[in-house]
Amino acid sequence: MKFRNYLEAITGIGIYPLVSLMLFVVFFGLVTLYVIKGNKKHFETLSNLPINEKK
Amino acid sequence: MELQKFQYDNKTVKLFAYATIVWGLVGMLAGLIAAIQLYLPAANLALPYTTFGRVRPVHTNAVIFAFVGNGIFMGVYYSLQRLLKARMFSDLLSKIHFWGWQLIIVLAAVTLVLGKTTGKEYAELEWPIDILITIVWVVFGWNLFGTIIRRRERHLYVAIWFYIATFVTVAMLHIVNSVEIPVSFWKSYSWYAGVQDALIQWWYGHNAVAFFLTTPYLGMMYYFLPKMAQRPIYSYRLSIIHFWALIFLYIWAGPHHLLYTSVPDWAQSLGVVFSIMLLAPSWGGMINGLLTLRGAWDKVRDNVGLKFLVVAVTAYGMATFEGPMLSLKSVSAIAHYTDWIVAHVHVGALGWNGFMTFGILYWLIPKLFQTNLYSQKMANAHFWIGTLGILLYAVPMYWAGFMQSSMWKDFTPEGQLKWQFMDTVTKMIPFYIARSIGGTLYLIGAVLMTYNLIKTIKTGTFLEIEEDEAPALKGEYVAHSKDHWHRWIERKPIQLMVLSLVVVAIGGIIEFVPTFLVKSNIPTIASVKPYTPLELQGRDIYVREGCYTCHSQMIRPFRSETARYGEYSKAGEFVYDHPFQWGSKRTGPDLARQGGKYPDSWHYNHMLDPTSMSPGSIMPQYPWLLEDQLDGNSTMAKIKAMKRLGVPYPDGYEKVALSDMEKQAKEITANLKKDGIETLPDREIIALIAYLQRLGKDIKSEKITDKK
Repeated sequence: MKFRNYLEAITGIGIYPLVSLMLFVVFFGLVTLYVIKGNKKHFETLSNLPINEKK
Repeated sequence: MELQKFQYDNKTVKLFAYATIVWGLVGMLAGLIAAIQLYLPAANLALPYTTFGRVRPVHTNAVIFAFVGNGIFMGVYYSLQRLLKARMFSDLLSKIHFWGWQLIIVLAAVTLVLGKTTGKEYAELEWPIDILITIVWVVFGWNLFGTIIRRRERHLYVAIWFYIATFVTVAMLHIVNSVEIPVSFWKSYSWYAGVQDALIQWWYGHNAVAFFLTTPYLGMMYYFLPKMAQRPIYSYRLSIIHFWALIFLYIWAGPHHLLYTSVPDWAQSLGVVFSIMLLAPSWGGMINGLLTLRGAWDKVRDNVGLKFLVVAVTAYGMATFEGPMLSLKSVSAIAHYTDWIVAHVHVGALGWNGFMTFGILYWLIPKLFQTNLYSQKMANAHFWIGTLGILLYAVPMYWAGFMQSSMWKDFTPEGQLKWQFMDTVTKMIPFYIARSIGGTLYLIGAVLMTYNLIKTIKTGTFLEIEEDEAPALKGEYVAHSKDHWHRWIERKPIQLMVLSLVVVAIGGIIEFVPTFLVKSNIPTIASVKPYTPLELQGRDIYVREGCYTCHSQMIRPFRSETARYGEYSKAGEFVYDHPFQWGSKRTGPDLARQGGKYPDSWHYNHMLDPTSMSPGSIMPQYPWLLEDQLDGNSTMAKIKAMKRLGVPYPDGYEKVALSDMEKQAKEITANLKKDGIETLPDREIIALIAYLQRLGKDIKSEKITDKK
């Protein structure tokens, strides 16, 4: 049937998921790097924020 | 350093807590009424307002936006002030936010039972309410950011990141999905049609789960769990990865609701890949929550609130494991359209959202009223009744869903479908009954909690003025010499919001742009014509009665479906469907190729009493459609609106539409007369028959012309 390809064949569509995957991997890598290299004491202060309240 | 004294606003927190409880009971009751109607259709009391198709949206909207919505604001207003060492930015904004949200809920409840709906799941509310939601949401955001700016704590704790992401993403989702053309004050048509509408709607629907039911509750988990256990979160590092990975990945996953439909294949695959990846951050969050209690599990024994939180986080873990599994195409092929999905959703809603809310309430109310919980025993009873309720709800639905799907796909050795659709319906009845018992138990638990909390409130005195002190933030922050880029974000709420928006917008843009661009490039199916005015009116009745809550209009390319329903659905068939009506559940059969399957009189009798035409049917009766007069005056405005949306009616067609409509109505009336049914041509049933008889026929005529 002539409408079989409706919205199916888009030239070069493969680049979209590839770009998105790359974006995620790069971003994820940066965050992970920060988390690994980050200052332990700093994280401790942050994680104690809810508990160090007056009550 | 000089300490500044300030007071927390507990009153707004209290109001949101009360609203959470009240709307929780209402939402659950609506769910129970809907559940009972599935085996006792007469439980609609023969009223249009209480019929399944209208009660179900009331239930879903009440639970999501009223119960969980108020729960979010309760949690945010309490934790935000304390994490930032500041009172909420403006008492007036808090007041507008609270009462505005309750007004939206009341308007939603009234309009939904009256059948004013856009026909898009979890976004059913009509355009005036959509605008009101936008305004109140902005007020919330204003109050949120105002407080953040006036804070006395430099660093934003991870819970606040989740709140910020919630604010910005929900705003984006709501605005994009609600673009619609008003026809009248309570009627509009979605801007998008067919495939595009479906893609936008499930991008919205999925991310309503993500950014309304999940991220704010994760923020609350990150605050209330450490708070109740009196120990810091297991790993703050993990929480950072959890946050960014979760919001980045979630936004892409929407198309997994549309696997094997007419949505382009690449979009489906994209949805699948990101859904599978989503398992990692989700479980990271769950593990982070549960491991916070390492070495402190004894506290869970004594603290009933913590007990609820542990089950909530566990339910989150189960639901977020199941979600990616359901996104596999082969699993979706079995589960989609069945009660399996209903079970999945309720593990999340009852377990994660419900139990998290209950746990926080049991902790918060005694604190706000400076007293102890009235009865620990009763709260423990609630815990067990609730847990049993979830099990009794979910297990039968899993079983039923799997069974239903297997029956749909069963063939005899001769190659015929083994079961009539009706066989699969009757087999479901015992499971529907069991499910409603589970739901009843859960509701009883919530009633117990309400009683317990009222008693607690009566014994205590409300802590209206709660004072605290903290040094003011010094204007300039001196960065460390080796300061990291991420720390810069942690201190800057606006940058955090912008980056969150960028992260969540990427997914949406990459999914939509190609689908929207190609519309003009690719020819639509020549034989697919716009609806006639009468069919359009009938379609609006179909939407009004919420037929899409039980019937799909999307035949997937499986042998079991093409054998039962006919040729599988094509994207080009839906180009004039504003909104799309593919549905997400088949309590009744698919209707995509319903047109011409039965005579007009069959539909007439079926609407009057479904069991007369299909014995054993659990569809409600619609006698009012036979009596109510169709509002023909709206036809012109409707055709005009459709033309504005690009539906190719001829120039000036709106002027002759009414006479065209009357002509077609007379034909159907004459048809009915041949079968001995006397009725007037201006009744609503005539329009509905016209629509149902049109469904899926365009392609059939295409085939005939092909042969010639």
